[in-house]
Amino acid sequence: MRRILVGIKRVIDYNVRVRVRPDGGGVITDGVKMSINPFDEIALEEALRIKERGETDEVVAVSCGPDDAQQQLRTALAMGADRAILVRSDPSVEPPVVARVMHKLVEREGPMLVIFGKQAIDDDCNQVGQMLAALWDRPQATSASKIELKGQTARVTREVDAGLETIDVDLPAVFTADLRLNEPRYVKLPDIMKAKKKPLEVIDMAAIGVEATQRLRTLQYEPPPQRQKGIIVKDAAELIAALRQKGLV
Amino acid sequence: MNRILIIAEHADGKLNAAVAKCVSCAASVPDAEITIAVLARAGTAVAQAAAAVAGVARVLLVDHPANEPALAAVLAPQVARLAEGYSHVFGPSSTFGKDLMPRVAALLDVAQVSDVMSVESARRFRRPVYAGNAIVTVEAAADRPIVATVRVASWQAAGAGGSAPVEPVGLDIPLPTHTRFVSVTAARSDRPDLQTAARVVSGGRALGSAENFALIQRLADRIGAAIGASRAAVDAGYAPNELQVGQTGKIIAPELYIAIGISGAIQHLTGIKDARTIVAINKDAEAPIFEIADYGLVGDLFTLIPELEKNL
Repeated sequence: MRRILVGIKRVIDYNVRVRVRPDGGGVITDGVKMSINPFDEIALEEALRIKERGETDEVVAVSCGPDDAQQQLRTALAMGADRAILVRSDPSVEPPVVARVMHKLVEREGPMLVIFGKQAIDDDCNQVGQMLAALWDRPQATSASKIELKGQTARVTREVDAGLETIDVDLPAVFTADLRLNEPRYVKLPDIMKAKKKPLEVIDMAAIGVEATQRLRTLQYEPPPQRQKGIIVKDAAELIAALRQKGLV
Repeated sequence: MNRILIIAEHADGKLNAAVAKCVSCAASVPDAEITIAVLARAGTAVAQAAAAVAGVARVLLVDHPANEPALAAVLAPQVARLAEGYSHVFGPSSTFGKDLMPRVAALLDVAQVSDVMSVESARRFRRPVYAGNAIVTVEAAADRPIVATVRVASWQAAGAGGSAPVEPVGLDIPLPTHTRFVSVTAARSDRPDLQTAARVVSGGRALGSAENFALIQRLADRIGAAIGASRAAVDAGYAPNELQVGQTGKIIAPELYIAIGISGAIQHLTGIKDARTIVAINKDAEAPIFEIADYGLVGDLFTLIPELEKNL
């Protein structure tokens, strides 16, 4: 069966203003809304559209994270994923470990494609997709804004600093989704009901043979330095005069 | 001694300005010896430019027909081979470095430190998380090399005046053919580059149309500024994607940043926090952009932009 794996990460919701805990040991998560990482939602939407075009047979949502990530996987199932897999781990699991977990799942599931969000909006690392592609020794197309499948290859347009880059890759491959790849669908209530019956498998990391190494120790969280609030000028003339005085125009 | 290998970004025979910023970052590692690796097709000019950056001990030049245009899958195994014997491997946190460096880290079986904003010790770094709403200090394990991307907006470019030797290197390793470059569409512009410009004028959704966005271009040209845009303006089609400033776009640190019709979502602010002077022009006096602006001007941009031009 042709299959796409989609990486789903549970993160603090996009709209929450994140605050550092007073003890510097992390950020405040009590009572904070958690969601699917927005870029992962875009990745899932793309996989669902590929399936709707008849270019794949099954979409599997996979996550590596705490038990609570089942909530996000249920949302992924409600969006349209056929089944889900949670590999249970510590919430602070490092990208290389997640990549090794995904590699194990790739060996088990034999997908034609693995799609991730280009970065998670919590740690902003932007690493897992590229790391999986290296371990799997397959092509990567990061920051994708357009994906066209053509049999055994795909043509992907990537958002790069210079503009838009197009590459061809052989399948299977790893893609990471950028903002403008698509607009994810909204979940409808009947789909949430249906999702409760879809299969969600929970596995311990040790059971698939991945050791949770930690090679980067986070010593401290601190709030960013704050900029001083400036002044409100009354008109354009005053603004230009101020900028001139500082030698900026 | 810390032996640091920097992977050079380049295009069209020119060294990217981010490389000299990576050198500054590397130079702040105690007891550092800095090597720049240029992987190119015919990279002599790029290698010479790299050799002229102050503080560089030597430049390794790997010429290979497959090395340009740069593809992460092709470069990564070569970089992993070059990395033998180095304590650190740095690349810029541009789309080039973000694509390449994690692939290198995985080949070396190490973690990556993304977006280094300061160096606390040879193994301890600070980096932003949560769109810059928190800064973490991380420490890498002592038994392995460190792969990192350098948050270029946090670093001044190292100066010129270096004269490092250039050493050609032949790497006899198989390169993958599963990834093939097709094309790149880059807007050719005489304007300054967004990531290195001293002045940037950015427009937001309030511009209302792609035609009106020309007002931003006119003002930018008037003061020799690069053009930026908020995510909302790019999503609405007023400006191309490569002009997006913010968490998922470009992180910039100009001397002067003028935000026009941009309300100031956290994701946008994280891209401009390092600007020396921020000017905000918005008709909503409560817009969050005014919280971080050095100079705020409340009013209608369609009236104010012509007035600004008149006063210049």
